[in-house]
Amino acid sequence: MTMLQTSLSALAAQLAAGQISSRELARQYLDRIAALNPAINAFITVDAEKTLAEAAAADALIAAGRGGPLTGVPVAHKDIFCTDGWLTTCGSKMLSNFVAPYDAHVIQRFKAAGMPSLGKTNMDEFAMGSSNETSHFGAVKNPWDTARVPGGSSGGAAACVAARMAPAATGTDTGGSIRQPAALCGITGLKPTYGLVSRYGMIAFASSLDQAGPMAPSAEDCALLLNVMTGFDPNDSTSLERDKEDYTRDLDRPLAGLRIGLPKEFFAEGLNSDVAAAVEAAVAELKKLGATTVEISLANSQLAIPVYYVLAPAEASSNLSRFDGVRYGYRAPEYADLNDMYSKTRAQGFGAEVKRRILIGAYVLSHGYYDAYYLQAQKIRRLIADDFAAAFKACDVILGPTAPGTAFTLGEKSDDPVEMYLNDLYTIPANLAGLPGMSLPCGFDSKGLPIGLQLVGDYFSEAKMLNVAHQYQRVTDWHARAPEGLR
Amino acid sequence: MKWETVIGLEVHTQLATRSKIFSGSSTAFGAAPNTQASAVDIALPGVLPVLNRGAVECAIKFGLAIGATLNRVNVFDRKNYFYPDLPKGYQISQLAKPIVEGGTLTIIVPSTGSGQSEERVIHLTRAHMEEDAGKSLHEDFHGMTGIDLNRAGTPLLEIVSEPEMRSSAEAVAYARALHSLVTWIGICDGNMQEGSFRVDANVSVRPLGQAEFGTRREIKNLNSFRFLQQAIDYEVRWQIETLEDGGRIEQATVLFDPDSGETRMMRSKEEAHDYRYFPDPDLLPVRLDDAWIERVKSTLPELPAAMQARFQNDYGVSAYDAAVLTGSRALADYFEAAAKACGQGKLAANWVMGELSAALNKAELDIARSPVSAAQLGALIARIQDGTLSGKLAKQVFEGLWEGAGEVDAIIEARGLKQMSDSGELEKIVDEVLAANAKSVEEFRAGKEKAFNALVGQVMKASRGKANPAQVNELLKARLQ
Amino acid sequence: MSLTPDDVKRIARLARIETSDAEALATQARLNTIFDLIAAMQSVNTDGVAPMAHAQDVTQRLRDDAVTETDRHAAFQAIAPAVENGLYLVPKVIE
Repeated sequence: MTMLQTSLSALAAQLAAGQISSRELARQYLDRIAALNPAINAFITVDAEKTLAEAAAADALIAAGRGGPLTGVPVAHKDIFCTDGWLTTCGSKMLSNFVAPYDAHVIQRFKAAGMPSLGKTNMDEFAMGSSNETSHFGAVKNPWDTARVPGGSSGGAAACVAARMAPAATGTDTGGSIRQPAALCGITGLKPTYGLVSRYGMIAFASSLDQAGPMAPSAEDCALLLNVMTGFDPNDSTSLERDKEDYTRDLDRPLAGLRIGLPKEFFAEGLNSDVAAAVEAAVAELKKLGATTVEISLANSQLAIPVYYVLAPAEASSNLSRFDGVRYGYRAPEYADLNDMYSKTRAQGFGAEVKRRILIGAYVLSHGYYDAYYLQAQKIRRLIADDFAAAFKACDVILGPTAPGTAFTLGEKSDDPVEMYLNDLYTIPANLAGLPGMSLPCGFDSKGLPIGLQLVGDYFSEAKMLNVAHQYQRVTDWHARAPEGLR
Repeated sequence: MKWETVIGLEVHTQLATRSKIFSGSSTAFGAAPNTQASAVDIALPGVLPVLNRGAVECAIKFGLAIGATLNRVNVFDRKNYFYPDLPKGYQISQLAKPIVEGGTLTIIVPSTGSGQSEERVIHLTRAHMEEDAGKSLHEDFHGMTGIDLNRAGTPLLEIVSEPEMRSSAEAVAYARALHSLVTWIGICDGNMQEGSFRVDANVSVRPLGQAEFGTRREIKNLNSFRFLQQAIDYEVRWQIETLEDGGRIEQATVLFDPDSGETRMMRSKEEAHDYRYFPDPDLLPVRLDDAWIERVKSTLPELPAAMQARFQNDYGVSAYDAAVLTGSRALADYFEAAAKACGQGKLAANWVMGELSAALNKAELDIARSPVSAAQLGALIARIQDGTLSGKLAKQVFEGLWEGAGEVDAIIEARGLKQMSDSGELEKIVDEVLAANAKSVEEFRAGKEKAFNALVGQVMKASRGKANPAQVNELLKARLQ
Repeated sequence: MSLTPDDVKRIARLARIETSDAEALATQARLNTIFDLIAAMQSVNTDGVAPMAHAQDVTQRLRDDAVTETDRHAAFQAIAPAVENGLYLVPKVIE
């Protein structure tokens, strides 16, 4: 199974050289999914026939000499991306019968790059969760310990990459949904600057925060995937018109002179000691590579969770109004009249966490509360963004833990929403500011569970962040480790 | 007690764009259900709105035309409510920062009795862009309602007036002036049957002299000026009667039933709404810069107000006539072409507003489809001016033009309608009439003025209408002295 | 501040989510722990701070006024719960 431990660039080289076909590669991953997924539950939909047809098309492209850098390399897509002809559920009963009639922009880009889809990965319902336990299709298990959660909401994506059921996957991140599961599953994941990846066709949770990004074993893999995923899309008003970048361009730059900002608030109370030690060790490693550190303060980021739990539910409550049982998706089987049809459809179609957030959102926007909640949250959002702007005057990249702890056991926090929300303490500020953030493996705790290191960069500094991560991954092998027994 | 009526209007004008406000679907009317409802319009999961430049330019034109403030930064908000014709569960609209604020519209209120018509200036509160909803079809589908989303996403400009109208006549005059303006500047086709121009009227009454407004009721979706008038008249009577009977007016949304002529509460609006407005995170602030506004301005036609002033100045028509003549761009253009063709502004105005309008009304034709062209009417007026035609003969020529019998001079020739210009011939007729009507001559000499008119009539009759009445008068007077 | 079960019923009604009295009671307790968390926001002085609605300070891009969509109603309605004669069917709407 050496193939399944190979980097994307190596896979692409083998494909281009004709050492393996895309069909053979896809077949190997499909076999592994068939073997491992029953225990992990990382996929909601697998369709071997469609995957192999796409792989055959990729082989034809390669044979015709028209392949791109990653043509033929298969990837798994979070079930939040509408995919033409594929069941697209967003982890919800509401969309449990929804076969999307169009492709999300991200899906179009992977298709244009000739990269077959291995299937649709499990996720927290409508991306609301940090443990993947809110999925209508059952919890995803962490491949490092199947009694534990993989994180969320891109838990299926993180787990399938960690278990090497896919060489890479797409994820989305509204408050940490790429980075936190990447950390808990021991892989690398990057949430780009807001606006770099089109949101068209990505089922909205909180529009002003949602951003798609790559999840893969290494930073180099993520850089290659980011080259595929980013780019202007006229169908998304918030998509940014920028010159196309090559995110691999700075991977090999030495880190001499790099200024790393360490926010004192991210190393305070509540941080697990194993995590703190691993992050500190990583800092020491980066210093050896020539980086310097500077303490910074992100004082208002303490308020990130309250702000987030006003803004995200507010946007979500409105975004999820379209699920009304009229044009697609679930409709309650029995109802008395129109409003009863709406109310029963939505009560039955949404899970508890989604309903909770819709109610929070409806409340904070309702008459008489808007200023105290929504407007106040938007103002503090600005203060949080201003803190980052000040910090980036003193440093090139901000470093800290991705999550306060490692993977927790299934059910451990699912009864206490607030406890669950606190897991995103370090990841939410970057979403609020619209900044890029990434998580990369930096060690294991005493239980053998992966620990994630978070980097937050200034706007559009993805290439620099990937450079830092890649240099770190050249001298460490945390990212190359896979769960016992899955190798 | 004397009561005063207070009316403010909210008018939804469908903007005359080819595509929808946030998607590339066609806005054409009358297509088969849901064939013009794209992924964005039916709100599939994941779709996003992108703003149509054409819709913004329509709003800019309107703002310029009413002398309003154009908000250089304006913002789209979401108005959240559930309704089957609203696919997203929210309508994208503008609440806090609309594109247009302020502005005025001058209206001419027709006189009630025989008095003068009155000019009034109505202030506008705002105008904002928003998307239209789909349509619910209530024909019976096994007890279900059918939803057609072709109209969903059609761009609207909602134009809100201050509550400055004091009668249904004023409200209708305002609505007419607005209708004329939006069609004039080409931002709306004005087709009321197709719902391109829909009026909501906020109506309240208060004791005359009271400063505070009474509680208002909103009459929704009036799609003709006649219904607007009827609905307001009914509503005002109902409110006054309710109050005089010791009742109270509750704020409500009502519908007008043209068959019964009454208004009734809307069931769907009985529940208090909490629209939970907030800025749409999928759309960014719209910025208008001066260069863009200037570009749009240069595409505006001469506006009705400017044209009215020019008509008064250049053609000597009254303010009222100028207002009537600028009731639509087609009418104004017609008048001006006719006036230029004959060099007789006042006469041209009389003909356009008189004979021509009457004929068009009778035939239910629009000015654009008038069988008589402006050039023909101008030529006809020129023949009156040079004495070839009397007013009466001119009407006969006009009939010929209407029937398509040819050009003015050809009709005069063919039908022998030329006014008698040979004074010898006329003198002969006058002498014959005087000889044959000795009695009338006698009466006139005895001081009976009426007898003179009878003699004129006889001469006109003998000339088969071709005599010039002024000349007949002159000749008769000379003979009888 | 804290929500009452009536508040929960009211917002559940606004959001069209059927909620029984028992559910409202349970939800109320959960929501109040969340609102306690959110309350930390209230003491912050934000006078003069401009609300931040978007991550980037950019302006709305505009699309040319052109028809670019074609009729896809057959594909769209293939996944609809109830359609007839090209119309989506819903329980009777009373205006």
